[in-house]
This record gives sequence, structure tokens and C-alpha cells, in this order.
Amino acid sequence: MGLVHSSFVAYPIPRNLNYMWAFGAILSFMLIVQILTGVVLAMHYAPSASEAFGSINNDIMRNVNYGWLIRYMHTNGASLFFLAAYIHMFRGLYYGSFKPPRELLWILGVIIYFLMMATAFMGYVLPWGSMSLAGATVITNLVTAIPLVGTGLAHWLWGGFAVGGPTLTRFFSLHYLLPFVIAAFVALHVWALHITGQNNPDGVEVKNVERDTVAFTPYATLKDVFALSLWLILYAWLIFYIPNYLLDADNSIPANPLVTPSHVVPEWYLLPFYAILRAIPNKLMGVVALFAAIVVLALVPWLDRSPVKSAKYRPTYRFFFWVFVVICIVLGWLGSQVPTEGLTLIARICTVGYFGFFLVVMPLLSFTEKTKPLPASIAEAVLAKKPPIAAPAE
Amino acid sequence: MIRLRTAALASIALALSLAGGLSIAQEEANQPKPPRQDWSFAGMFGMYDQAQLQRGFQVYREVCATCHALSIPFRALSDPSGPGYSSDQVKALAATYQVTNAEPNDKGEIFKRPGTPADTMPRPESYPNDQAAAAAFGKAPPDMNLLAKARKYERGFPWFVFDALPGLAYQEIGSDYVDGILTGYTKPDDPQWNLYYPGHKIAMPQPIADGAVKYTDGTPPTLENYAKDVSAFLTWAAEPNLPERKKMGLGVMIFLFVLAGLFFFTKKRVWEAVH
Repeated sequence: MGLVHSSFVAYPIPRNLNYMWAFGAILSFMLIVQILTGVVLAMHYAPSASEAFGSINNDIMRNVNYGWLIRYMHTNGASLFFLAAYIHMFRGLYYGSFKPPRELLWILGVIIYFLMMATAFMGYVLPWGSMSLAGATVITNLVTAIPLVGTGLAHWLWGGFAVGGPTLTRFFSLHYLLPFVIAAFVALHVWALHITGQNNPDGVEVKNVERDTVAFTPYATLKDVFALSLWLILYAWLIFYIPNYLLDADNSIPANPLVTPSHVVPEWYLLPFYAILRAIPNKLMGVVALFAAIVVLALVPWLDRSPVKSAKYRPTYRFFFWVFVVICIVLGWLGSQVPTEGLTLIARICTVGYFGFFLVVMPLLSFTEKTKPLPASIAEAVLAKKPPIAAPAE
Repeated sequence: MIRLRTAALASIALALSLAGGLSIAQEEANQPKPPRQDWSFAGMFGMYDQAQLQRGFQVYREVCATCHALSIPFRALSDPSGPGYSSDQVKALAATYQVTNAEPNDKGEIFKRPGTPADTMPRPESYPNDQAAAAAFGKAPPDMNLLAKARKYERGFPWFVFDALPGLAYQEIGSDYVDGILTGYTKPDDPQWNLYYPGHKIAMPQPIADGAVKYTDGTPPTLENYAKDVSAFLTWAAEPNLPERKKMGLGVMIFLFVLAGLFFFTKKRVWEAVH
């Protein structure tokens, strides 16, 4: 009880937080939804190559009471989980939330993100549709690019000489395990957060708890539940009105090793990395680039050494940040297209841009950028925004 | 800085539209997209049209069922928000099929018996398995239970973005595709040439033409009507919970909007003190 009170009631939060700070609560909610719906789905799912497709598309979708609801919550929940995670991560990059003293917090976040990708990828294989099989084949084949041990490693992963029944069963087992590992890392992430306290849009640390902060409850709690209720409207729109929009039609065709979909695409949240993979002509280098694109995130606290956290006071960084956002979206679109010569060229330019942002722009700007003056404290930043008449009359 | 950003955005947008435009122009020259039909089940409040589903089932039974399985239970046909046959009608219909019993009898023999509403509709008798069908057509006719969800055509940027938005939502791509295929046999001298099939060479020869099925409710027996009715029926077969889903969605939406409104005012009131 004491822990709950100090962490979620009395815990001081900077008073200038905007709605970008609601995504922590939204992400916790999405994780809980995914685990609960997943546990229910697992009660009706048959993890075998011959039964998996039917157990989802016939039993769960047609015969289990509200099975369609639980399944649409779970599949669309994965998408919204990633959408919230991306907003949360871009927020961190924009406001410099990864900078000292929050490096550990940021790295724990990158680990959670990586675990999420692994979990989502294995979950996508479980319906055993034709895109499940094709996706599993493409991604697990990446390990064959490793010199010497690659092929052996792939066979060990597959439990055979190709993706098949044993692969499906082990993916199911891991797909059930990993969310609990994620939950453990989320607990560490929240713990690390509560040691350093939250960053804030002005990026100046709390100096005076009285003046700079408000109590978590009721202030953050109410702001978070309001943001969450808006998020739920989006979630309900997906579940009830466009539940198949984000799913690939090819995954309603049962997996058949002899027939591959004409155009293999991963889910939208993995598309930018898929574009980077395909942009590199050499397979091994492509795999290296794919993983480097994620690892580079963990290095951000040491790549960006600027003492000013928030992009609000860093005009040049802010410009490059938005270019980076556009690059990520363009890479995502490219990942969904059939590669042509022109598109591959654009993908290569964007890949250079992606890494350039981290490896060139961040270190260079750390020392060369002329930043704007920071407010003396959070309270001052909040009051500066108000017209003088609204200032508290003491 | 803003000008720089705009310039960067504009150049990226230009590059994309050029690249996208070229590839689209190339494709469209020989691969038209199925025309968009007006479906009763489209939109936020759209539901299935019972008479249309019954006609569609008739087309399936008299034409498609010769080659295509439809693995749904007979009892689904009495779904009141679907085809809505009475349970007696479904019982009688099921009894006209011979179903292989799942368990052998007490002499250890596998036997056939008349179907019941609980049974899954059996495969077409002429093709006991996919291999037999593939041997005849070069490709096994797919099970139709998920067909309307398992087919798509590329919408392309920016249309796919609009397809998700309230009021514009377009979720009937599969239905339009099935309808397009049935009406796409436009070269009378080549029964396996289809206007809307990717690459045009389709394994299924033209399955249906004007007058092939006799409707009893006065609907004109034209190919257009057959195609539309059976596409609607197959959409129901693939997504039978659509009516329940949309009804529940409406209640959930109303609840969430009220809830969000209440939270908004509560939050505003509480924060007033500290602002």
C-alpha cells in the first residue's frame, strides 16, 4: 500500500507536462489488454500446423461466444500498442528524455521495444495464414546470412529444414512467455522513472517541488484517464468498424509452403526496418543494418551530448527531428511497396538519412548548435505562457 | 527554419509522387481495378440484406458448389442477421446432403448419413480433395468460407489512408474483387481471360452467365445480379458477425464519447486550481 501511495498518489510530476506524457499510461493499458485477451485466445487456439488456421478462423471467429471481439481486440491492440510506443519514443527523442540522468530509463525502453517486435512478429505467425508462413520464412532466414553457423542456426530455430509445425509450436510458446518478460521490463522502466522523475517539455529539472510539481493523483491520473478515453475511441473504431483494415487479406488464406503470396509484407509497424533491410544489396549487410537500426537507438544518450534537452530550445535539432520523422514514414511506405529501381534508390537515400540523423546530426549538433535560453525553472516556463492577468494574485 | 522544413517536405513529397505516379501509370495501363459497388453492409450502419443473401446462397448452391467448398455449419444459414432461413428450412436443407460421420459405427465402418444443422457443409462430391480438383483445373478451387476476406486489390497512396476514416471507410475491397472477377470475363473467345484477375490468366473458366439461375423473387436473372448477390453472400459467410459487431460498436462509441466528455470536464475542474 505504501508503495502504491508513494508511486501513484503522492508522486510529484512536473506541472508543465503536455498530453505527449499520457502515452506511458496508455502503453501500460495496452499491455494489460494484450495479455488478458491473449490469455483468453490461448484457451481456444490450437498451436499445430494443421489446426491453427481453423481454430482461429472457424472456432474463435465463428463459434466461440464473442471470440471475434477478443480476437479483433488482440490483433488491432497490437497495432495500437506499437502506435502508442512510436509516439512515446518520438516524444522521448523530441524532448531529450534520454539524456542524463535518464539513460537507464531510455535503454530499458529500447529493450522493451525490441521485445515487443519479437513478440508481435511471433504472434503474427500464429494464425498460420499464407502471410504468416511467408513472414516467418523471410525473417528466420535472416540468420542464414551469419557466416559459418547461419544454416545450422536456422535449422535449430525452425526445428526442421524449413518453417513448419515445430516452428509454429515454439513461436506460440514464446509468444505466451515474452509478454510477461515485457511486463517485468515495464516494471523496471517505471521504477527507473520514479527514481529520476519525469522529464518535461522544457527539459529543465525540478528545482522546487512546491512550485514546479503537482501530485500524481488527482492531476496526472485525471489527465491520463482523459487521454486514455480518447485513445479508446480510436481503438473501438478499429475493433468495431474497420477490424480488417490493418490485417493482410493474404492471411485469410491458409498457409501452403508451395504457394507464397505474390508480395510479402510485414505488419505496418515493422515496415521501416523491412525497407532498410531491402535497401542494402548484400544480405549479411542488410541484416546488420536492420539490427543496427534498432541498436543505434540504445546509443542515443551518448550520441546527443547537447546539454539542452528539449527541442523547444534547439531550433536546428527540431528541424532535423521532423526530417527524421518524415524519413521514418517514407521508409514505412517504401517497405510496403514492390521494390522498383527508383524506389530502391529512395530507400537507400532514406536509410542513409535514418542513420545520418543518429550518427552525424546528433553528435555534430551537440557542440555546434546555438540554443535558445532556457527558462530558470518549470514554474517560470508555465507562468511565461500565461497572460499577466492570469498570474496568481497572492 | 520553417521554410527549410517545408522545402524538405515538398521535395520528398514530389519524389514520392513522381515514383508512385510512374508505377501506378504503368500498372493501370493493363490492370484495371474492380469497380466499386454499392453494398448494403457498407458504412457505419450498413447491415446485410436478407433477400440478397438468400439469392446469393441460391447462386452458390446451384453454381459455385459444383467445385467450391464452403466450410461453414448449416446452422449458420438460420442466422437472423444473415440469410435468416427458418430452422426447419435449414434442417430440411442439411438432410439433402450426405455427410461422412466423424466416428465409425459399432462395426468399425466409416459411414455416410444425411446432414444435420450442426454439420459443416460437405465438400463438392466431384472433388473429394484439393488434389483431385487441382488435377482437373490446374489449381484447386479455394474454400469459399473466407474468400471475401482473403481477396484484395491494391488501393495505393493516398486512397488507403482515406479508406480507414469515419464516413469514408471502405472495407468492402474483397466483396468488390469477387464481384469484379465474376463480371470480368470480357473476352468471349477466351473463357479463362479475366479483366480484373492479376495477370488476366485465371484458372477458373467463366462460371456463370445471364439466365443460369432462376430467381423466384422477381429479381432480373442477369450476370450483374448473380455476381452482386453471391459476393454479398460470401461476405456474410466470411464475416457473419458484422451486424452484431456494428451494433455493439455504436453502443461502445456512445459510451466512450460520454465518458471522455465527463473526464474532460473533471480534469479541467481539477487543474483549474493549479494553472
